Amino acid sequence: MKKLLLILLVLFVPLHVFALDVPPLRGHVNDYAGVLSPSAAQKLESQLASFEQTDSTQIVVLTVPSLEGDSLEDFSIRTAEAWKIGQKGKDNGAMLIVAKEERKIRIEVGWGLEGKLTDLVSGRIIRNEIAPLFRDGNFDGGIERGVSSIMAVVKGEYSATPNGKQPEKRGAPPVFGLFIFFLVACVFLGAISKLLGGLAGAVGLPLIASLTFPGLAGLVLIVIAVIGFLVGLFVTFLFGGGGGFGRSGGGPFLGGGFGGSSYGGSGGGFSGEGGGFGGGGASGDW
Amino acid sequence: MKKMLRFFTFAMLLTALSGCGYNTMQANEEAVLAAWGDVESSYQRRADLIPNLVEVVKGYAKHEAETLTAVTEARAKVGTIQASKDMLSDPQAFSKFQQAQGELSGALSRLMVVVERYPDLKANQNFLDLQNQLEGTENRINVARVRYNKVVQEFNTSIRVFPNSVTNSLLLHLARKEPFKAEEGAKTAPKIKF
Repeated sequence: MKKLLLILLVLFVPLHVFALDVPPLRGHVNDYAGVLSPSAAQKLESQLASFEQTDSTQIVVLTVPSLEGDSLEDFSIRTAEAWKIGQKGKDNGAMLIVAKEERKIRIEVGWGLEGKLTDLVSGRIIRNEIAPLFRDGNFDGGIERGVSSIMAVVKGEYSATPNGKQPEKRGAPPVFGLFIFFLVACVFLGAISKLLGGLAGAVGLPLIASLTFPGLAGLVLIVIAVIGFLVGLFVTFLFGGGGGFGRSGGGPFLGGGFGGSSYGGSGGGFSGEGGGFGGGGASGDW
Repeated sequence: MKKMLRFFTFAMLLTALSGCGYNTMQANEEAVLAAWGDVESSYQRRADLIPNLVEVVKGYAKHEAETLTAVTEARAKVGTIQASKDMLSDPQAFSKFQQAQGELSGALSRLMVVVERYPDLKANQNFLDLQNQLEGTENRINVARVRYNKVVQEFNTSIRVFPNSVTNSLLLHLARKEPFKAEEGAKTAPKIKF
């Protein structure tokens, strides 16, 4: 029984754990190579944050100490896909990536910005604005100039929606969260008695269904309730509930596991908004 | 009562239909076609860039007529191949398409090697811009191909697993789609140095 629980737990571990190469997104400025001075990093961060507020366009800086043999373009697109910089639907994100050891620079451009920030323009920014300063060892100046050039190019391309950012629809869709809650409820109640677990299913599943698809016919809901009852019973059996109150220890264990992975949102920090990338942009070196 | 029974049968059928992968396979095929659209447009983008590139290089490297002709010819050959959706389930046509694009990649990479001998050309702003555009386009092709292969793999799996395979052979008759294979030409995509 314990084994089964373990397997289930492993199955629910988020996938991104395996993509070790992409560093976590810390903010607008992700200086993993430590090339920026603290004051410059702070200034950039506030510049980019206010730019996002007015234009909704997200620009992110990433520096890495080394690519460790990876190709810059591959690493860049993988990071872009993982971070999802830019608003969903607008795809207005851009990343400035610097690999210190390889002395390489890349501007990765989201679909929505490709019209203004073309490969040609990105190449010129790298060649004429960033690289000359990098050659003199002036990383602060180079990145600042690069970022302000990017901002100047894409300024006015998009504007923030009047009512500001809407926090809804981030991460897993609500159905999924509801479903997990439903399963946990089944396990909890099932730990008290099998019948209760089944009942939880019979009530919970139609509730989820009617919340997700408003306007379902009553009969359909009844069918779903029957299915829910069976699912509830099944789940209860699976987690070996059904005894007295003594067994209820099985429930909280699972519940605790899910609580940790928090589907609620991003925890208030900065995050990408679902912008898409298609490999546009340019690379260069110094 | 009879009405209710009929309704139940209908509801059962509906759930059975979603359980047999009918919708999944359809959705997966649409994803393949969408990804193919991206591949096609990035190849088209490359083909559109070539005349400009050839023109600029010609001005500086008059002695490289042979390399330039090879690029132009490879591009013309790519243009004759109709890249339709039907091609995706036709291994022969698909490999022909891939080969033609591979030849163009090879010709372009040879051109980029030759260009190294002309410092004047390499200092030309116009050429540098074109280089950036070509490089960006090659990168787009690469990304589009990787994404295409991924959805093709998903689709091909979805039509083969049980019970989808039964649904497919009875109702949908969807054919397996061809993925891109790594080949000689593709491996030597233009390496551009600054």
